[in-house]
Amino acid sequence: MKHRISALFLGAALTVSAGGALAQDKNIKVGVLTDNSGLYSDLGGAGSTLAAQMAIEDSGLAAKGWKIDLISADHQNKPDIGATIARQWIDVEKVDIFMDVLNSGVALAVNNLVKEKNAIMINTGAATSDLTNAQCSPNTIHWVYDTYMLANSTGQALVKAGGDTWYFLTADYAFGHALERDTTAVVVKSGGKVIGTVKHPLNSSDFSSFLLQAQASKAKIVGMANAGGDTTNTIKQASEFGIVAGGQKLAGLLLFITDVHSLGLKVAQGLSFTETFYWDLNDGTRAFSKRFSERTKNKAQPSMVQAGVYSGLVHYFKTLDAMGGNPHDGAKVVAKMKEAPTDDALFGKGSIRADGRKIHPAYLFEVKKPSESRGPWDYYKLIGTTPADQAFRPLSESACPLVKK
Amino acid sequence: MQALYAQLLVGLINGSFYALLSLGLAVIFGMLNIINFAHGALYMMGAFCAYFLLNIAGIGYWPALIIAPIVVGIFGMILERTMLQWLTGLDHLYGLLLTFGIALIVQGVFQNYFGSSGLPYAIPDELRGGVNLGFMFLPIYRGWVVIFSLVVCLATWYLIEKTRLGANLRAATENPTLVRAFGINVPRMITLTYGLGVGLAALAGVLSAPINQVRPLMGADLIIVVFAVVVIGGMGSIMGSIITGFALGVIEGLTKYFYPEASNTVVFVLMVLVLLVKPTGLTGRAA
Repeated sequence: MKHRISALFLGAALTVSAGGALAQDKNIKVGVLTDNSGLYSDLGGAGSTLAAQMAIEDSGLAAKGWKIDLISADHQNKPDIGATIARQWIDVEKVDIFMDVLNSGVALAVNNLVKEKNAIMINTGAATSDLTNAQCSPNTIHWVYDTYMLANSTGQALVKAGGDTWYFLTADYAFGHALERDTTAVVVKSGGKVIGTVKHPLNSSDFSSFLLQAQASKAKIVGMANAGGDTTNTIKQASEFGIVAGGQKLAGLLLFITDVHSLGLKVAQGLSFTETFYWDLNDGTRAFSKRFSERTKNKAQPSMVQAGVYSGLVHYFKTLDAMGGNPHDGAKVVAKMKEAPTDDALFGKGSIRADGRKIHPAYLFEVKKPSESRGPWDYYKLIGTTPADQAFRPLSESACPLVKK
Repeated sequence: MQALYAQLLVGLINGSFYALLSLGLAVIFGMLNIINFAHGALYMMGAFCAYFLLNIAGIGYWPALIIAPIVVGIFGMILERTMLQWLTGLDHLYGLLLTFGIALIVQGVFQNYFGSSGLPYAIPDELRGGVNLGFMFLPIYRGWVVIFSLVVCLATWYLIEKTRLGANLRAATENPTLVRAFGINVPRMITLTYGLGVGLAALAGVLSAPINQVRPLMGADLIIVVFAVVVIGGMGSIMGSIITGFALGVIEGLTKYFYPEASNTVVFVLMVLVLLVKPTGLTGRAA
């Protein structure tokens, strides 16, 4: 305690003696912009804010004289609301960095604003690969996963296993479109064929009409280009309509551990899909997840989105600490973050590319049978790993203007 | 053509949920003059009630079909006694705001404890599997839902329109003072009616638990559509809301086939059209 107080004094003294020089500004404001009440709130939501809180506590920056504030807000999955909050956060609240920002529609809106106002976004929740492709920005880092990576890993594995005809059930907004587009590219490239697609409104509760159309198409793979509650309801109703029993295979292109938990192993068993984080991967992930789950209401394990919030902030804090102060210049800080390799207990060693893409390995998991599970949240079997340098869109294919060719 | 039959049938299945829910709303509006915005939350409570019965008490689907509506119905009656009854005679807006607030609170509490992804509830063993109708694979459970809700809807209609109890009830809404003079306890009757409407919502909740995930927001997603159904059918008209419920389910199902992107707006487009041509709804009487 005595140490911490003296450190605080020291920090304060340093700040004062610097006479307000910009480089010595040690204030940081972190904003977690997420879905706190809707269909994605379990995979982001309050858990993302908790992960940010843990990153702040673990950074040890407070002892070095830094003052870190954390705020969070609910964008309700509406791009206009998200953009309004973001504008207010930057102009009035002086937020330095946006975390989470799940929902691709919201993410693309905030992406533009953050660039215009020279703030930072570390996006851990949105899926659209456009964030580091055509829409890339010197102020944005896309941390956890994207549609290209999901398509590349899950899509390729399924085509290789014989699933060469596809029918898509697609959420009708930016994310679903991007996921369908990227998966189609992979399927076609691997020698498969897409024979149909149906676009359903976001947050539908009944999928039977769409499933019947998928069933009638006789495609070997029914690809679900949706997420959260939409995916869990699709899976549940697909089993009711005998989709899998009839010989078609369901492909969850984006599934989170919270979805598997919600479905239960009885329904979810055998599904294979890709994530970049799982609580039970190694000692580092287990230790973090244990601390995390103890602080959540229903003892939930962290999703990869929430883990990404922690991991992204760790790297951000390290960078600022090395810079000796917060310049409140988003593009400058992001450029520094790209220079240093990333390393944390959750995602291991990695790096951030010129286009803002954070790279790390992607894991292909299969959901365990109820008999294989040893307890609550023991859900995944690792069946394949794509190395970091092959998991994401190669820079040679990038349309991002930041990539020098 | 085969696909079309399948979509019609699937539409009928969704229509049975619309019918059950809008029927409850119509009963409550017709008899109590309350626009019950808490209906979606009560539907959700019905599903959660079935989940708790199964996972805490080990009570399965069949008893839950009876117990959950009673439990949630009692909750509704407590609401009516403690809060809604004080709004009699005031503008509709007060009831709407109060019930909307209640819905938000109930959903918030459930979401706080159970998150948004929902909880699994399995289809009862007796109703597992399906039959091949030639044009589609019909899950037995879905067939059961259509038949069961049709029976419940018609029974409710019969109760209110054709029995002595229903006659008293309708009389009590027309002229409470006079009915009271005949020695009938009007406030108690009103409370029981609200309980009935709420029970219907909870019943729909139990029916939907095996189809959808049991989620705190399951009602919020549905309630707006159901309100549109009630408006189209004519506020307060019992048979109107039953028929419109099924009909709109079918129309929505067809939209999902021909132009899926519009499937969540088609009901509202119809609502606007009906309101333009016949503001009292298809079967509604002028106030």
